[in-house]
Amino acid sequence: MHYSWHWKVLLEAEPGGTGTYLHYLIVGLGWTLATAAAAWVIALIIGALVGTIRTTTSRWAVQLGNLYVEIFRNIPLIVQMFLWFFVVPELLPEALGNWIKQMPPPWGSYLPAVMCLGIFTSVRVAEQVRAGIGSLPRGQRMAGTALGLTQAQAYRYVILPQAFRIILPPLTSETMNIIKNSSVALTIGLLELTGRARAMQEFSFRVFEAFSAATVIYLLTNLVVVVLMRVLEAKVRVPGLIAAGGNAPQAGH
Amino acid sequence: MGFDFDVIERSLPYLFRDGMTFTVTLTLLAMTGGIFFGTLLAMMRLSALKLVSMLAGAYVNLMRSIPLVLVIFWFFFLVPYIGAWIFRESQPIKVGAWLSAVITFTMFEAAYYCEIMRAGIQSIARGQVWSGYALGLNYWQTMGQIVLPQAFRNMLPVLLTQTIILFQDTSLVYVISATDFLGAAAKIANRDYRLVEMYSFVAVVYFIISYSLSLLVKRLQDRIAIIR
Repeated sequence: MHYSWHWKVLLEAEPGGTGTYLHYLIVGLGWTLATAAAAWVIALIIGALVGTIRTTTSRWAVQLGNLYVEIFRNIPLIVQMFLWFFVVPELLPEALGNWIKQMPPPWGSYLPAVMCLGIFTSVRVAEQVRAGIGSLPRGQRMAGTALGLTQAQAYRYVILPQAFRIILPPLTSETMNIIKNSSVALTIGLLELTGRARAMQEFSFRVFEAFSAATVIYLLTNLVVVVLMRVLEAKVRVPGLIAAGGNAPQAGH
Repeated sequence: MGFDFDVIERSLPYLFRDGMTFTVTLTLLAMTGGIFFGTLLAMMRLSALKLVSMLAGAYVNLMRSIPLVLVIFWFFFLVPYIGAWIFRESQPIKVGAWLSAVITFTMFEAAYYCEIMRAGIQSIARGQVWSGYALGLNYWQTMGQIVLPQAFRNMLPVLLTQTIILFQDTSLVYVISATDFLGAAAKIANRDYRLVEMYSFVAVVYFIISYSLSLLVKRLQDRIAIIR
């Protein structure tokens, strides 16, 4: 039993008439990155906000932050995808819901996918931000207060700049996670990289060529992300400030 | 459009007897297999033999670098070929979604459990290994009776948290049309055109189970912390 490889299939034309299969997959990578990048913006903003709120002294704000985190952490990503795609448009005011449902492809899948991934990842960012702030010595906050800074100022000028530098490495893995997780959007019809590899397999019957190509593209993308984040880490490094905290094992994907 | 609770009530037996049983069985099998192979992989990664640790490292890094959905597709099409190769058949053998899912999640999660177990093994003082050897135990005895029991104990909360993630991730078998809890709900949702009700219900059930489990893990973590 053996499988006869036929790599040239990548250079053959795909049935949609947009070009070769390779080109078809690269466009898929484009959609993967476009989804991940937009979702990353949402995740970073909400995650930083919620993570910070959970370290403040306001009890109800902490509780609210915890509730947000628990909700979006305990529902599978694909179920959240379905909620954004099938359920949310029904719950919105009718005109708005219809507008979303009638968006031309791929935007009708893209928008829910970005919202879903953004919120899903914001929870993980919030956890990292909270941990980063928690790893700073208590004296930092006290020194801020002693200098006469308000709580908001202490966060802005003392705590957050240090916390974000500390959590850059885990944020690198979150960047790779958001790229990987965007593949779940194929279940709501977004033709990103994995979705296109699957489609290519169905059109051309070249199963392993399609998945191998997608795998290699994902590996290369990861490599680029790692290099870029290293550059960023080096750029923002404060001389003398050693990143705190070892790499404690974490469950996750 | 009103919220129709009736469709949920009518489909409860199907959802839980067929769907949830699939999900829970898959989770338990993949957890057992994943921790077993993950521990082996961790031991390989920490091996003094360069080739062994390199191979294990390459496998783990590959699994961790590509999306689970793609891994599910890979195994769904690859397992029939591997089966044919093992059983010396000339044609790819038929493998159902169920067996394919069990193999996929076992092999995928093994990579994640491996990293947890590796940290666990490394958390045990080197002196314990040396004293094992000094007592005349061989590698497997030292590992099996001294290092691994402690590593498991230290890592138990993380291993269980990973299992909760695994429980949620099994819902991705939807992409190979398996009838897990989500798959069962999706079938009813599409048949009766009750997507809002079914998917909301699925979300609530997943939330209740995952959240309760995570509370249990937290309690366990506190208890372990006090005992030690």
